[in-house]
Amino acid sequence: MKVTVDEDKCCGAGTCVLLAPDVFDQRDEDGIVVLLDESPGAELHKIVREAASVCPGVAITVSEDA
Amino acid sequence: MNAPGDVLVVGASAAGLATVEALRRKGYEGRVTVLGAEAHLPYDRPPLSKQVLAGSWAPGQAQLRTPAVLSALDAEFLLGDPAAGLDAAARAVRTAGGRELTAEAIVLATGLRPRTLPGQDGLAGVHVLRTLDDTLALRADLTPGKRAVVVGDGVLGTELAATLCGLGVPVTLAGPQPAPLACQFGPLVAELLAKLHAGRGVQLRLGAAVTGLADEAGRVAGVCLDSGEVLPADVVVVAFGAAPATEWLSGSGVLCDNGVVCDSRCRAADGIYAAGDVARWHHEGLDLLLRLENRTNATEQAVAVAGNILGEDRPYTPVPYFWTNQFDARIHVHGTLSADAEVSVVDGDVAGGRFVAQYRRDGEVTGVLGWNMPKQARQRRQEIAGVPAFAGGQA
Repeated sequence: MKVTVDEDKCCGAGTCVLLAPDVFDQRDEDGIVVLLDESPGAELHKIVREAASVCPGVAITVSEDA
Repeated sequence: MNAPGDVLVVGASAAGLATVEALRRKGYEGRVTVLGAEAHLPYDRPPLSKQVLAGSWAPGQAQLRTPAVLSALDAEFLLGDPAAGLDAAARAVRTAGGRELTAEAIVLATGLRPRTLPGQDGLAGVHVLRTLDDTLALRADLTPGKRAVVVGDGVLGTELAATLCGLGVPVTLAGPQPAPLACQFGPLVAELLAKLHAGRGVQLRLGAAVTGLADEAGRVAGVCLDSGEVLPADVVVVAFGAAPATEWLSGSGVLCDNGVVCDSRCRAADGIYAAGDVARWHHEGLDLLLRLENRTNATEQAVAVAGNILGEDRPYTPVPYFWTNQFDARIHVHGTLSADAEVSVVDGDVAGGRFVAQYRRDGEVTGVLGWNMPKQARQRRQEIAGVPAFAGGQA
């Protein structure tokens, strides 16, 4: 799994951090997403897919074949 | 409970799409059909009043998923065909285009319809903003020299005023509150918003109810206030609220009262669920029937509905959340705010343009508002009374 984030689309909700704090964080100054782990382990795949699906800014993309 | 043999999702926007994604993520392999009223592939609504109206995004950038990602969901999308009727007992949906669709589980996710003013229909120059087509029509109408009035001093109205102002359109914001969003944000933050808008050139004409529209030769000429004043306008955007899109459910056997009334599992009847703006469900944590018109509710409720369709039998107990961007202010709200709450600044400072305000009623924290401090506001969610562990994380 390869995770990418689009900082321009991120609205700073922090939904991803609430779901998967090992994979996502937010910048202190403006709340924009910080990707901590672009290739999370298999145990995190399901929750990262959920984070991508529910992201209110549509800022997270998950590619399954990387 | 066994998983249903097939699922029909009525509504192809954020909630409908998230329902399908959650069903597949949870391993559901049955047939899934999505019925959408609009002809467009699923797209996102929050950017409409901001990036799409401003023209900084092409309309395609608001698409929720690429065609390849949609295709991988293995769902059939029937677009451009609004639902026209439901028979809840038979679990059958009739469409405007004459289709008859049945499924063992049906999800109602038809969203909202904007409220309109008397005499608005068919009057040139008057717009609402709910769909992509609405947005493009408004944008096309903004030829140089036109003066705009935005009717509505809530989240959408204030965002629209900011965007129009940014486009160089002379804009007046009209609404009944003393300051934008005052009934929700209270005086401290509402006054800041008023200063922000006025400082950037938005004319505020607040504290007076809008009673109707003045027209001239089939085109809008102004907005009439209950004070007797008429605000001259070449373009009017009506953004003073919306109603759940439930007309099509009349006689369906599903109870509609300010939305589709659901139990704590977001279930309206056997095999019938609702998600997103249209759903009014029993929030067990707050012990009330709640309907939320916000973007995160659309997707999080969809996840809960998908789980309950598959037999998880879990209540949906979210912390309400929304954000709004106006000029350079990024406002994030967790929980519930009210005008009579006791408000204290708990981080940052108001003068510096970055702060977190905590809202208390009867000694309990009911909500948190961040002004250009999204992360710090989010970190204070747990202070809100009755907040359950985050409702997500159930795939």
